[in-house]
Amino acid sequence: MSIFLGHHSRIIVQGMTGSEGRKHTQRMIMAGSRVVGGVTPGKGGESVRFEENPVPVFDSVADAREATGANVSVIFVPARFAKAAVLEAVAAEIELVVCITEGIPVDDTAEFFTMTKGTATRLIGPNCPGLISPGKSNAGIIPANIAGPGRIGLVSKSGTLTYQMMYELRDIGFSTAVGIGGDPIVGTTHIDCLEAFQDDPETDAIVMIGEIGGDAEERAADYIRDHVTKPVVGYVAGFTAPEGRTMGHAGAIVSGSSGTALAKKRALEAVGVHMGRTPSEAASLMRDVMSGLRV
Amino acid sequence: MDLFEYQARDLFEAHGVPVLRGEIATTPDEAAAAAEHLGGGVVVIKAQVKTGGRGKAGGVKLARGVDETRERASEILGMDIKGHTVHTVMIAEGADIAEEYYFSLLLDRANRSYLAMCSKEGGMDIEQLAVERPDALARVEVSPLVGIDDAKAGEILEAAGFGVRDGVMIAPVLKKLWDVYQEEDATLVEVNPLVKTGSGKIIALDGKITLDANADFRHPDRASLVDEASSDPLELRAKERDLNYVKLDGTVGVIGNGAGLVMSTLDVVAKAGEDLPGRPHPANFLDIGGGASAQVMADGLEIILSDPQVRSVFVNVFGGITACNEVANGIVQALTMLGGRATKPLVVRLDGNAVEIGRYILREFDHPLVTVVDTMDEAARIAAELAQEA
Repeated sequence: MSIFLGHHSRIIVQGMTGSEGRKHTQRMIMAGSRVVGGVTPGKGGESVRFEENPVPVFDSVADAREATGANVSVIFVPARFAKAAVLEAVAAEIELVVCITEGIPVDDTAEFFTMTKGTATRLIGPNCPGLISPGKSNAGIIPANIAGPGRIGLVSKSGTLTYQMMYELRDIGFSTAVGIGGDPIVGTTHIDCLEAFQDDPETDAIVMIGEIGGDAEERAADYIRDHVTKPVVGYVAGFTAPEGRTMGHAGAIVSGSSGTALAKKRALEAVGVHMGRTPSEAASLMRDVMSGLRV
Repeated sequence: MDLFEYQARDLFEAHGVPVLRGEIATTPDEAAAAAEHLGGGVVVIKAQVKTGGRGKAGGVKLARGVDETRERASEILGMDIKGHTVHTVMIAEGADIAEEYYFSLLLDRANRSYLAMCSKEGGMDIEQLAVERPDALARVEVSPLVGIDDAKAGEILEAAGFGVRDGVMIAPVLKKLWDVYQEEDATLVEVNPLVKTGSGKIIALDGKITLDANADFRHPDRASLVDEASSDPLELRAKERDLNYVKLDGTVGVIGNGAGLVMSTLDVVAKAGEDLPGRPHPANFLDIGGGASAQVMADGLEIILSDPQVRSVFVNVFGGITACNEVANGIVQALTMLGGRATKPLVVRLDGNAVEIGRYILREFDHPLVTVVDTMDEAARIAAELAQEA
């Protein structure tokens, strides 16, 4: 199983002919992903060679979908074109749209997120590293060689913390790791991933990484209390962040008492989540959880 | 970026939101001249600081005539309000206030939409109102696709308890405030108070705007809004080099890749320093981003090493896209360039992409200031120990 992404995933890359798009398409293919096409308006009919294999380029997502049966699109286009790219993929009824692009104006995201609601598309991101189901498929920029397949599900706002946690638990492995992105508005939330991991027979335990800002972690805590029976290990970054300052992620800003790392940690602890104060502490808690499950 | 009140006033005016005349001044004489331009009558002198509670702190004063304006302005200029020095005052016309309302439009992260908040009871601290009398503060979702049209304005005003007569006067102002929000790419537009004058006019008397930095490319004129006088000089230098840097008050310089990992690094350093003398803690947040080159790494290191408060530096990189050899080369480049001026110890933890080459480069470089450590926790401990007070 795994969540959202698996053996069935047929991926197209919007912006494949750009330097970032090309580099990461190469990596995705090396990781075993089935990349069936690229989309760059005006370059339809061309192809890009990866190793020995040419991947066809299409003018539009609709063309690419029709020719290849693609069901996943990974978006690498520059921020100013991202809204149009997402909306094109949604219009073509792509099931999973992964928007890697960072620096998108939040008004654009608010618009394309609102237009995606109620459609057949699941949006992941923007400003995210994408997701990987190790050994099956990789849609985005998470390095495939950090950890192999296993039975932990991971959800995180942050890319590098995803890598760090995968590295710490590389001997156990992951069903799917999802980087949902650090922007104030993202298409897929912690809760969406918790729900999917709870329902996934190949996931035994969940690690959830949060960070300061907003109340997504508090809402996730409510959801865990009511719906999640699998063990959850958590870590929240940003205990030492000063109030009112943006820490890189557009969403990572503490305003007033809500949104602090401590408030989030307490909310999650209150519903039985095993909280680590550092990534290594969280990893060690997960290790305990997994060995407990095996007994 | 948060704007000053006078900058918000200017944007309101540009979008047709009714405001009072106002001029800014940085000296008492400029303030007097502004009062004269405004007719020499009653004016309000308002400290321009990006924090609340300036009225209580004495940062807002009434004055009659030019001489009194000069005097009051000289009292306010240079004042410290919650750690913000007043460099600028706004001299505004006095208003004949009959009623004070509240209105704001903001990004609603929880619902992934926009939210309008409106109350007939403006002027006071709105967070206090929200807690004490939540019913008095109407909250209405605003669709990012539709914004505030006549129907939405009517819905907001009705929810706040306005009658038809006031509603007709206020609705056009709400629609213009939506224009400000959307056309300027704001994430917050707040008017407190929105007033009705004795003659029944609606005026935005005070304004707060937060702009979305991601939309800077659509607004080439925004550079002029940056407040260089109050910005930290290291932050300005970092911004010029496109580095994501925030100055903090500790002694351990921190540099890493990815916002989440760097935030986490700050936490791990603070934890490691908890029990040490002087409780060493992070001096800054610096994210070199994904796929950083040696040059970016060297630029970042140079900024951190030039911070006189820094006693030790922790470089924490997990190479996903970023290659550890680039990071190592950046360290070599920065230390070579600084030569004898580099005096602070560096603790380096590298993992992930190209880690073997990265570590090899640092081993060969064999610089007395550089210590390479295997894990994040251990590196944080050593960096904190190196920064503790002797």
